[in-house]
Amino acid sequence: MNVADELRDKRVCICGGSGGVGKTTVSAAIAMGMAAEGLKVAVVTIDPARRLANSLGLEELGNEPRLVDPKLFGKAGVEMKGELWAMMLDAKRTFDEVIGRLAPDEDTRDEILSNRIYKELSSAVAGSQEYTAMSKLYDLDRDHDFDLLVLDTPPSRNALDFLDAPDRLTQFLEGRALQVFLRPTGFATRIVGRGTGVVFGVLKRVTGVDLLQDLSVFFRSLGGLIDGFKERAKQVNALLADPETTFLLVTSPEREPIDEAIYFWRKLKAARMPFGGVIVNRVHHDEAPDADPDEVAAELEDELGAKLARRVAENFRDYQMLARRDAANIERLAQKLDERRLALVPHLDDDVHDIAGLSRIHRFLFASERERARMLADTVA
Amino acid sequence: MTDLLDKRLVFVTGKGGVGKSTVAAALGMVAARQGRRTIVAEVAYQDRIARAFHGEDSHFREVEIADGLWTISIDPRHALEEYLRLQVRVRALADVLSGSRMFQYFAVATPGMSELVTMGKIWELAQLQRRTKGGARYDLVIVDAPATGHGLAIMRTPLTFANVARVGPIAQQGRTIHRTIVDERHTGVIAVALPEEMPVNETLTLRDELRRELGLALDRVVVNALYPERFGPRQAGTLSRALETAGTPLQRAALRAALSEHRRARGQREQVARLEEATGREPARLPYVFEPELGVKQFEELSRELEVAL
Repeated sequence: MNVADELRDKRVCICGGSGGVGKTTVSAAIAMGMAAEGLKVAVVTIDPARRLANSLGLEELGNEPRLVDPKLFGKAGVEMKGELWAMMLDAKRTFDEVIGRLAPDEDTRDEILSNRIYKELSSAVAGSQEYTAMSKLYDLDRDHDFDLLVLDTPPSRNALDFLDAPDRLTQFLEGRALQVFLRPTGFATRIVGRGTGVVFGVLKRVTGVDLLQDLSVFFRSLGGLIDGFKERAKQVNALLADPETTFLLVTSPEREPIDEAIYFWRKLKAARMPFGGVIVNRVHHDEAPDADPDEVAAELEDELGAKLARRVAENFRDYQMLARRDAANIERLAQKLDERRLALVPHLDDDVHDIAGLSRIHRFLFASERERARMLADTVA
Repeated sequence: MTDLLDKRLVFVTGKGGVGKSTVAAALGMVAARQGRRTIVAEVAYQDRIARAFHGEDSHFREVEIADGLWTISIDPRHALEEYLRLQVRVRALADVLSGSRMFQYFAVATPGMSELVTMGKIWELAQLQRRTKGGARYDLVIVDAPATGHGLAIMRTPLTFANVARVGPIAQQGRTIHRTIVDERHTGVIAVALPEEMPVNETLTLRDELRRELGLALDRVVVNALYPERFGPRQAGTLSRALETAGTPLQRAALRAALSEHRRARGQREQVARLEEATGREPARLPYVFEPELGVKQFEELSRELEVAL
């Protein structure tokens, strides 16, 4: 798979996968690569490494994409024909913006934003990052003229949480749960004192009256925004299913991230979402899989001395083990996928934290299978 | 080390993919070996530790996976049901409530409820007098917590709810749980990091936020998956020269692998040094395990390393 070909006629690229596999770096490298080819690209990241953020001139403030200084690319040896924009997502702020957009008037907006429960929970709750990431993606697609948006998804334990985050919110808003609070004869009224019945009595005992009351006030002020949230979720879903949207999965070649990638791919398929391919990052390639390390030690002994030669052999044995492990996991992944859409990026010797580093990854992503094989032979251990 | 394991509750957190579960399980083995009745609680309901030890199914069940070492996978639904039973006392009444639609609405509708009941269960496990029927007392509860951001959020949940509810049973319990969490004699926090830039940054952020939001200090940082230091700078020079004249592809492959590891190990040491400088303390180190998968044997070895390192 060549990422450039895959993204040729796409408008949105969502990079998913489990935490710690280099998703942010790969997303940035993809965005930079497509921008270098002449497009206006924005990459939305969640929490980039400080040095990577700094090297792109990203600051925490803003919550809007900023143009990465074109001069930076020339210095790193990257010919930039287009524009790379980047932003770091601020979940709380994005959520406030959504409320602002959907509230029918300023009073309603202020009432919600200043609500105690909203303030305590809107940023604290796990899952708000997922919702806001999708929401921001939708706004960027609608309000700006980017040729391509690249989203680096939040590092949730379940890589899929963000996919149905808008739906979950809608289900909740549409569902009986909220209606119970909103109906004139519902929860809210009963809480004010006329509530009877076993269930309600017990619930009051378990939670406390104040909490129920506050929640009902909160939900009532949120009630006016329900249609807006619903409409928005529908549009986000439409964007996800759009033929110009694609999902790229990012994984490392260890067992658990590969399992996660397979699981994710199945879910994408079940939800009929567009799947672009899998990028396997940090692969140990084996140049001489059948070689016997002891033989290496014997061959190198004269030149290196027995001790150093033995250590080189020992290290080589460990390296071969990692390469075999990676190959087996990648093979398992390839067998599960219907078609072999993989791009392998080698385990580089250094952390990637600047534009030059991104360009090294980018070279592997934007190569054909044959070019990649040649580069591997040239560069890896 | 003794200080840490003498606490009753230890949270193990860190960036995604750094080996939190591995460290939690290895720490559990250390504690159990020292004679503490220990349980490792997973909060993602993935039953991973039980499976790694070939134990029984641990989905909301406390199962013994080694001598004195237990595990449980906690999920919010079961935790909520149990909470209700404990809260309402009359079983029939609790069942009415958890079976009632109105209650389910409430539970689903209230953001953060899952985290709250999960924390409630963790707290219950750590009680000297267990509240669940037949629940035996543990000397130590180790929590395989969610990744950094969520990990901190979940620890903060009891306080959040105490603030939200203000009065009433939830507020009261929230405060009770919060008090034990911020009590440094009772609760400890371990951050796991890889010797790479991003995990190190995240560890330092965690340390700051933990202090700011809960007034807690990190008890220990564990750096996981360190490469061995096989080649020094001078040897690296020798290897580079040998590579230039190497005769066979095999020799080149082996020499390149050696040089590559030398560079990576050097990068790792820089990150460990940065971590040490920023925290003012040498982190505990665990070696990279050159095995395709971690089994009981590898956990055992890691736990020996950890025991010495902590």
